[in-house]
Amino acid sequence: MRIVDCNRIAFGAVTRYPLRTSMMLLATSIGVGSVLLLTALGESARGYVSAQFQSLGTNLIIVFPGKSETSGVSPGVMTGTTERELTLDDARALARSSAIKLFAPVIVGSMPVSRGGLERDTTVIGTTQQFAEIRQWEMALGKFLPNVDIDRASPVCVIGSLIRRELFRDEPPIGKWLRLGNRRCRITGVLSEQGTSIMVDVDEVVIVPVSYAQMLFDVSGLFRIIIQATEGDTMDRARADVIRIIKERHYGEEDITAITQDAVLSTFDGIFQTLTKALAGIASISLIVAGVLIMNVMLVAVSQRTREVGLLKALGATRRQIIALFLTEAAFLAVFGGVVGLGFGYLVTSSLRAFFPEYIFMPPVWAAAGAFGVALCCGLFFGIWPARKAAALDPIMALAGRQS
Amino acid sequence: MIRLEGLCRDFQVGDQVVHALDHLDLEMNSGEYVSIMGPSGSGKSTLLNMLGLLDSPSAGNYWLDDISTATMNDDELAAIRQKKIGFVFQSFHLVPRMSAFENVELPMVLAGLPPRERREKVATALGRVSLSGRVEHRPDQLSGGERQRVAMARAIVMKPTILLADEPTGNLDSRSGREIVETMEELNRQGLMLVIVTHDPAIGGRARRQIRMEDGRIVSDES
Repeated sequence: MRIVDCNRIAFGAVTRYPLRTSMMLLATSIGVGSVLLLTALGESARGYVSAQFQSLGTNLIIVFPGKSETSGVSPGVMTGTTERELTLDDARALARSSAIKLFAPVIVGSMPVSRGGLERDTTVIGTTQQFAEIRQWEMALGKFLPNVDIDRASPVCVIGSLIRRELFRDEPPIGKWLRLGNRRCRITGVLSEQGTSIMVDVDEVVIVPVSYAQMLFDVSGLFRIIIQATEGDTMDRARADVIRIIKERHYGEEDITAITQDAVLSTFDGIFQTLTKALAGIASISLIVAGVLIMNVMLVAVSQRTREVGLLKALGATRRQIIALFLTEAAFLAVFGGVVGLGFGYLVTSSLRAFFPEYIFMPPVWAAAGAFGVALCCGLFFGIWPARKAAALDPIMALAGRQS
Repeated sequence: MIRLEGLCRDFQVGDQVVHALDHLDLEMNSGEYVSIMGPSGSGKSTLLNMLGLLDSPSAGNYWLDDISTATMNDDELAAIRQKKIGFVFQSFHLVPRMSAFENVELPMVLAGLPPRERREKVATALGRVSLSGRVEHRPDQLSGGERQRVAMARAIVMKPTILLADEPTGNLDSRSGREIVETMEELNRQGLMLVIVTHDPAIGGRARRQIRMEDGRIVSDES
């Protein structure tokens, strides 16, 4: 029997029973479609998170006090001592490294801000002028913090666009005084709208010089130092420099943690890739269910067409030919279901993209190919038993319409 | 040429063994026209299935063209059916979703013949059974007589040497039944061995050689 003829006969059988076939298509396409949808969801979560991290800036190293141990318990926990603080002098010492392009000490706290009768709680960030450069922030009005010595606690601030709207309405805010707790500072600039970045709504912050923030919150230690390495392959050198310089200053004790943006990014990437694969695995269960349905449908087909099998045998069909015919039919059901499922999956994801353009919602190619492949394999695997059953029929019994 | 020697076929029915064929000896020569008659359960259909290699004997031997079929496996038997034997059934056994053309084509499709050759042979076979118009019709669009003609065309399209017919007129009115038998007789005149199983004496009586069976044995064999 020629392959073309085998396909033609099986295709004829598939199209002969439209209700049965469309039910099968539905089952398989739901399976394939759900693999596509869930993996697209996982992928878009991954894309969203990595975009968020990239929006922080490029070539970043984040330094914070305390050594995070990957195993065991840090000695500080056992002895009750706290780690040494990161100080402004530590930050300033980083300027020595040629691998470091920009650095910005950061203090973060929460504080009520008010102006006239309007007051709200907000996040206050104490930092330096370089922070805006690292984060690639643009100004809507005025200027960012002045480029002066880190120690100078000038009473100035920069506000986010939402703070401006809420406290100033349409008034021009530049040069006005803003009350922060029980201190006052003069507004030098307004950030352009930035939206949320890593859980912080930049439109809702007030930014002050780092020394001023130390006074405001009455702290001496820094929350973070954000560092931008120079262009090129200097990330590892910059990180080593950071650790070396601060270790020297901390009497040889390595009591800080410096993580690179790449490391964070690849960690999250890994987590989300695993998540996506797990989702794909879960969705594949529905493909196996579809496979079982294919088996059921093919068993019914064999009993419906028992006479036909008997006739084929009388006409000289071999066992292999009968197996081939029924397997091809099962494969057709699976392939058509797969194609419909792919179409359905891509249709839904592309309409989701249209509604939520900020997410990526694109099923990965491996998921589409994999789902299709699994559907086909399920169809073939679960088609084997019914096909063998047909091939094993006794021709005389089968011609009389009996299976045994 | 067909030769049966001591052929037996036993069926287990409950705890009883039924001898559907009981030590049968029989020879048939190529080009013969044989009818097998007898009451229900006499074993005539079993004999026909045996001749058509659809069934295998419990004991005894069957030579087809001087080749013993005893040791052949399913696929070898299928190959012989494909080349040498054509079947015509009481209930036609056409594939309902296929057109007349496709039904006739089916044995050649299984044999893997190229489409061009198939088209020619289908046309020839349909011509031989006097059906040339309605080739694109499906079985449910054809009359009983026409369906049996399609089945006959399918049976002879591979140019077999033996045509086995099991009650070929059983589902037809007497006029189209007679026409079918006449067509088969015409094929027989062209050299095809024709074996008809029937319990209709009017049909069986037309054969040059008439075999009567009872209880799995041949009780008369007249030429």
